[in-house]
This record gives sequence, C-alpha cells and structure tokens, in this order.
Amino acid sequence: MSANTSETNLAAMFAPLTAVGPEALERLHVALEGAADREGILDVAYRTIDTPVGTLLLAATGEGLVRVAYDSENHDIVLEVLAATLSPRILHAPRRLDAVAREIDEYFARGRTGFDVPLDFSLSTGFRRSVLEHLPQIAYGHTQSYADVARTVGSPKAARAVGSACATNPLPVVIPCHRVVRGDGTHGGYVGGLAAKTTLLDLEAAAA
Amino acid sequence: MVVEMKQPFEKVVTEHGATVLRVCRAIVGPTDADDAWSETFLAAMRAYPELPADANVEAWLVTIAYRKAIDLVRARRRRATPVDEVPEKVSSEVGRPSESDVWMHVKDLPDKQRQVIAYHYLAGLRYADIADILGGTSDAARRAASDGIATLRRRLTHAQSEGDTR
Repeated sequence: MSANTSETNLAAMFAPLTAVGPEALERLHVALEGAADREGILDVAYRTIDTPVGTLLLAATGEGLVRVAYDSENHDIVLEVLAATLSPRILHAPRRLDAVAREIDEYFARGRTGFDVPLDFSLSTGFRRSVLEHLPQIAYGHTQSYADVARTVGSPKAARAVGSACATNPLPVVIPCHRVVRGDGTHGGYVGGLAAKTTLLDLEAAAA
Repeated sequence: MVVEMKQPFEKVVTEHGATVLRVCRAIVGPTDADDAWSETFLAAMRAYPELPADANVEAWLVTIAYRKAIDLVRARRRRATPVDEVPEKVSSEVGRPSESDVWMHVKDLPDKQRQVIAYHYLAGLRYADIADILGGTSDAARRAASDGIATLRRRLTHAQSEGDTR
C-alpha cells in the first residue's frame, strides 16, 4: 500500500468527523453572538445593509451606533481599524443593529426624516466632534455651507476644518454631513463619493 | 513604524471555526461538540485582547478547545447516572462508518493518541506545532499518531468485517 493510498484511506475514515457543513457553523455563530452579548464581551457588533447608496457597514458598541461605512471605504479595512482603535472583540452580530437598520430602511423609503438611535461618538474628538454634534440640527431637506456651520459652532474662520470634520464623519447618513455644501451651492466633497451625496440630497429634496 | 494589527475576532471565528469543531468532535463526540465549540470561542473571545498579535492563533484555539472539551467530558461523567441497559449500538450502512462509529473508536484511544490524532488528522496541524502545544518532540507526536491510527484501523476493520469487500 503506497503512502498516498494510506492517506486517502485515513481521510475517508475520518470524513464523518471532519465534514463540517456551513449551516452547522452558521448555527454555532448565531449562538456565540447571543452568548458574547449576554456576557458583555461583544465590544463591537456589525452587519451590512443594502441601500440606494450601496452596501453600508453598520457597527455598534454597547453605547450605540459607532460607525457607518460606505463600500468605497473598504469594509474589511474599516473593521481592522475598529479592532485597533476600539477593541478586537468584534463579531458579525446583526441583532444589535436591528433598530438602526430599520431606521435607515425607513429613511431611504422616505418614511423617516431623522434618526433616534443611540450614538457612540467615541471615534471623534474635539472640534470635529462638536461639528458632528451640530449637524443633526440642519433640517431634513435643507443644506448649510461649510462657512455657515463654522459660524454656528463658534469658529467662523474654520470652514476648512468643518470640511475635514465632514470628510472624516464616522457616522455618514445618520449624522447628515451630506447636508453641508459649498458656499456657491455646489455639493462639494463627500465621504461616500459625490454620487452618493447627490442621491441623498435628491432623496430629501423630493420628500421634503 | 510597524503597527501590530490584530484581526477582528469575527475573522478568527470564520477562519478557525471548522477546525475547532473537528477537535471538539474528536474529544467529546459529535453530540456534545457544539457545546465545547461555544465554550471555546467564548473563552477565546474573552482573552483575545491580551493575546500577543504575533501568536499562532490556531494553536492557541485548539489548546483552548481541547481543555474545554475535556472539562465537558468530566462534567458529563460527574453528572451521569449509571444506566442499567447499554443502548443497542445502531450499526450504520455496511462499509461506510458513520460519525458515531468512528467516534466510538476514537474515544477509546489513550488520551495522548486521541489528542494527537485530533490535532493532526482532524485539525490539520503539523507535528511540529503539535509538539509545541503538547511538549515533547514532533517525532514522539508522529509515533503517538501512528500507534493510534493502527489501533483505529484494526478496530474499524474488525467492526465492519462482514461488509468489507477485500
């Protein structure tokens, strides 16, 4: 008997124990999500959601929604950065994001003009954070210029810094940085790309 | 600057979930393997932030899996009430050993042999990695595996002798 045949026979012998179906692992994963959450070690839960602006990654800590990421940001990299900055105890665990996902669906169906899920701002600090905390006050269907926002947050000369706060918004769509546009009325840049910004502004204009 | 990047735990689960389940099956059998798997990943997730970024994640996981599986076996043994009648062994189709047939024989092997077989043949670890986990040399691990395999072959062949065409 050649060594090769012998290995093949061994593989056949152990096949009943080594065969692991995807549905078995799926079931175990779901159980792990629940157990980790109950034990308080699910530091970051995430899921994805399909929207008119592409697939969005949603991630939440126990505090609240901490990150919304566009496809163009590369979800794998976003998760690696979350692992490095928040905690590596990250699981695909849709349950925690149920309410957020429902509200985002409603928003894109024009059935919702604001979000009331808990938010975790821990990825932003200082000036950027105060800009982000102001943005929900720009009403649905309306826009403000970068200079307007700078004035509102008390730093009239900081239009450029407002721009970078918007560009690094960890919670796009939910924190409406898409409602901040250039002084001349053109849309300006956007973390999800210009097409996504236009889609959001058109959606709100049509519904408002 | 070298940034030590630790993968999100989700990656650990998807990459090694199947391997860990195989180790659990080899130690506690197909029925209790799910519980051992869950215990393993919960414990691993709890400890994950402290794991050095350059650690061999797979070896770390199978070590936890083995420990959790053994704990489970002991707990079952303590709780088990003696049964009068030994359940009739349901024999599988001729010539094709079922999950429980193979398990029936694997579980009777000496601990060391069963552990090495679980790590090498079910989890796919190299003998050198197994030696790192268990102590001893990779030759010793290889010998334990081949002794165990010889025993398994003998018992399986015996158990299904009437079905064998040879």
